Amino acid sequence: MADLLIELFSEEIPARMQARAAQDLKARMTDALVEAGLTYAGAVAHHTPRRLVLSVQGLLDQSPTLREERKGPRVDAPEKAVEGFLRGAGIDRSQLQERDDKKGRVYFAVIEHPGRPAAEIIAETLENVVRNFPWPKSMRWGAGSLKWVRPLHSILCILTADSGEAQVVPLDIDGIKAGDTTYGHRFMAPDGFAVTSYDDYTAKMRRARVMLDADERAGHIWQEAQNIAFSQGLEVVEDKGLLAEVAGLVEWPVTLMGEIDEEFLDLPPEVLQTSMKEHQKFFSVRNVQNGDSAGGIVRFITVANIETPDHGATILAGNQKVLSARLADAKFFWENDLRIVRDKGLTGMAEGLSDVTFHRKLGSQADRVARITALAREIAPMVGAKPDLAAEAAQICKADLQSEMVGEFPELQGVMGRYYAQAAGHDDGVPEACEMHYKPLGPGDTVPTEPVSVAVALADKIDTLTGFWAIDEKPTGSKDPYALRRAALGVIRLVLANGLRVELASTLVRPYHQNIRAALERHGAIPAEELNLPELSFDKVGLVERYQESKEGGTEDVPAVDDLLAFFHDRLKVHLRDEGIRHDVIDACLAMDGNDDLTLLVKRAEALAEFLKTDDGENLLQGFKRANNILTQAEEKDGVEYSFGADVKFAEVEEERALFDALKAADGAIKPAMEAEDFAAAMAAMAALRPAVDAFFEAVQVNAENPVVRRNRLNLLGQIRGICLAVADLTRVEG
Amino acid sequence: MSSKDTKPRSFQEIILRLQAYWSAQGCAVMQPYDMEVGAGTFHPATTLRSLGSRPWAAAYVQPSRRPTDGRYGENPNRLQHYYQYQVLIKPSPPDLQALYLGSLEAIGIDMALHDIRFVEDDWESPTLGAWGLGWEVWCDGMEVSQFTYFQQVGGHDCHPVSGELTYGLERLAMYVLGIDHVMDMPYNDPDAPIALSYGDVFRQTEQEYSRWNFDVADTQVLLRHFEEAEAECAAILDQPHDDPKTGQRIVMAHPAYDQCIKASHIFNLLDARGVISVTERQAYIGRVRALARMCADAFVQTDAGGHAA
Repeated sequence: MADLLIELFSEEIPARMQARAAQDLKARMTDALVEAGLTYAGAVAHHTPRRLVLSVQGLLDQSPTLREERKGPRVDAPEKAVEGFLRGAGIDRSQLQERDDKKGRVYFAVIEHPGRPAAEIIAETLENVVRNFPWPKSMRWGAGSLKWVRPLHSILCILTADSGEAQVVPLDIDGIKAGDTTYGHRFMAPDGFAVTSYDDYTAKMRRARVMLDADERAGHIWQEAQNIAFSQGLEVVEDKGLLAEVAGLVEWPVTLMGEIDEEFLDLPPEVLQTSMKEHQKFFSVRNVQNGDSAGGIVRFITVANIETPDHGATILAGNQKVLSARLADAKFFWENDLRIVRDKGLTGMAEGLSDVTFHRKLGSQADRVARITALAREIAPMVGAKPDLAAEAAQICKADLQSEMVGEFPELQGVMGRYYAQAAGHDDGVPEACEMHYKPLGPGDTVPTEPVSVAVALADKIDTLTGFWAIDEKPTGSKDPYALRRAALGVIRLVLANGLRVELASTLVRPYHQNIRAALERHGAIPAEELNLPELSFDKVGLVERYQESKEGGTEDVPAVDDLLAFFHDRLKVHLRDEGIRHDVIDACLAMDGNDDLTLLVKRAEALAEFLKTDDGENLLQGFKRANNILTQAEEKDGVEYSFGADVKFAEVEEERALFDALKAADGAIKPAMEAEDFAAAMAAMAALRPAVDAFFEAVQVNAENPVVRRNRLNLLGQIRGICLAVADLTRVEG
Repeated sequence: MSSKDTKPRSFQEIILRLQAYWSAQGCAVMQPYDMEVGAGTFHPATTLRSLGSRPWAAAYVQPSRRPTDGRYGENPNRLQHYYQYQVLIKPSPPDLQALYLGSLEAIGIDMALHDIRFVEDDWESPTLGAWGLGWEVWCDGMEVSQFTYFQQVGGHDCHPVSGELTYGLERLAMYVLGIDHVMDMPYNDPDAPIALSYGDVFRQTEQEYSRWNFDVADTQVLLRHFEEAEAECAAILDQPHDDPKTGQRIVMAHPAYDQCIKASHIFNLLDARGVISVTERQAYIGRVRALARMCADAFVQTDAGGHAA
């Protein structure tokens, strides 16, 4: 047994790539070693900014010898056949054995594949792994052709025997020879040193000021940061992403806390935090005793990569100075923005939006705001918001895109809108809508619930989706440059989370699409490719009225709307699948009328999913399918539809009469339940049909000799079908 | 020349120390290119010389112009005209990081006291059709240089790879000298009989150019010049490689590249004047990139570009 230690020492590896690279190194090396017959007891990988490290313990000293037996021709076979066999096996005649076989005396070749020493296998494997390493982005350097994430400087590769004796694995990759030496911290211990084992390596690394384990570095940073903050009665704002990144920027973390210049403490906390994180990779430290001032961010924590004789004083002074320059910029933006907002309001700030192109065919951002405003006003009553407030919010919701602050920090869009709307004196949920209308941004994001926010959020997303569908810019495959999938999921989550009862197609998408098409055509944007679209605004007439007018005027719906609705349904399926509802169950509900009322649709799907989980439900489904199959065949054969006119007087047996009764009862229960949208009750009534249906099939031959009886029974099946299909399209349910 | 143990006292001393350092490392110390460029990378000593197989090592100061960054000399850190120090070595030497750190020591940055970090920053120039991998180098949280291994320039794979170092001189000098406002920085020795600050030298020109860049530059004339430079670049490269007058093979990569530089700077001016919309922007950048590619194609047909006659 031996232990293997590999260190790939390079120039600084991007922080975001290190963890994955260490995992890849481990997986690829150990997989290939095992493949070559070298099993091992355990393996561990580490990463720092300058090194990937792999330690494999308990590795076999050599791969096992493999014995292969091959059956050859009979001993009396022609000479040529024997020679061919020898050639194929790669042995000579003396190595042949004769054995008895069913067919007589037969030659056997016994071929020994001798085991190979571990070092040989490791050298081959490591070279292969290095040359084919899956870096997200790799590069060449100097005059060579080897690719690595940044220039690779040295390879440490040693095998340590149980005796403790270490052996360098002979290896040369494009002139980089493996050895047993490495280097410590770039500044604190730059000299080279040799190591003899993993334990020796980790001990010497620590002395050479390298903390090998990334988790240890992150833990150390977090612990230190909390201690320093706590000692002054403060607390660090948690940021796991930043912590992982910072741990990937240092080999020897030194945590330092610095002051934020007093004059910047009035900035919104989001601004302080974003500026410090994005530009400087600082953690924010907030005041816990005095939580009232601006969210209370009062200090920063930075992580240096070096211990200095002045205990970080120079480093902190430098960092503070850089931060002040950054925050001076931010403060300058903040004050300029506030001045504009106070002088001219957010509509004043939004003026420039008419010069910003949203999309060549969909006009400027100002055009878009006009559309969203009109649409938000229409949507407001459906979500319980005041139309005027929704319109007011929509009018200003994109104004902050023109602010200097958002110009500098695009990730603060919305947040700044809220601050500026407050500063401009807006109230009643309008400032919140400026921030919240972007949400939800993904499956895990919060969904707005305040009515004004909901109205503007829906208007924004529906405008985007309808607009891009109208100009035929839909997502294809993995390409979704305008994040339309996210917008559609956003609409779905807004509707469902707020329990909104909106017929998406007839009240919103169709009429709105009609409007957009009309405007596009008015401006010649369709089909002319090159025309800029100066404006796409709406008249005072409400969307629905307009749509009705255009329908009466004979304008036809365009296939794009159906396509967009299908897109919504696809997104909904993905969403519900994540919630645990089967796609066929959703299909069965989508096939029903009113499928653009998503709240209703999901209610139905949930009830159906529950129903199918019950014994009665599953059996009734089978009964329904049987009835439907018989009907379909008969209808095809006879060319008629058996859908009504079943009469109990033609019933011949008890079970048949019982089914008549049961169907009547079910119908009587299902109709009101459906009207009340009580799908659970409707499905329970449907499930109650099960014994009658089962008994009927047990006792009755549907295709009776007597044509009258047969027709009557088929029409009876037609009733089963009709009743069931009123609840959901069970033909689409699998199983 | 001051030793590395003493602190430099002026902007120009920092430049002089860098010149001496890179000269001692064997670089050809070149002079600024005599055209308006947005960054030191545009100097043909970088763009063109990073192409082809011939070894190269050059260092130079390059005045750079970014019209949109003009602040009338009032912003402590932003200038429409500033200096970059540029080093390009092909093939990149294995100890380039150490050489670079040596240059910081040469200008008085003590490695034992400061926190120097190499933070991922992949470089891409859409106008030059160029990209490379490397870092921004941080000193105590401040970006003091760009460090890039060129992978592609003008659409050509770089082989061998050049290592490029770019120092933003004003920012670096302000840090080393402990100055808060660029205009307050000593330009020459503060004890000289006629001591000049950066502001004495550049405040007025910052004002003049800010006004011209933002409000006065004639956009119609600029638009026309852009078209002309573009046409001239193509016309130069359309010429046959063999000169009919001398009978020699003369591929005019550099004169054509001058036109590319011109077009690029005019685009920056138009951008500062705010007459280029977001969508047009991409189209203009694409047009400059097309010129850069043509020039790169031409350069690799020359001797300096490694063309074997």
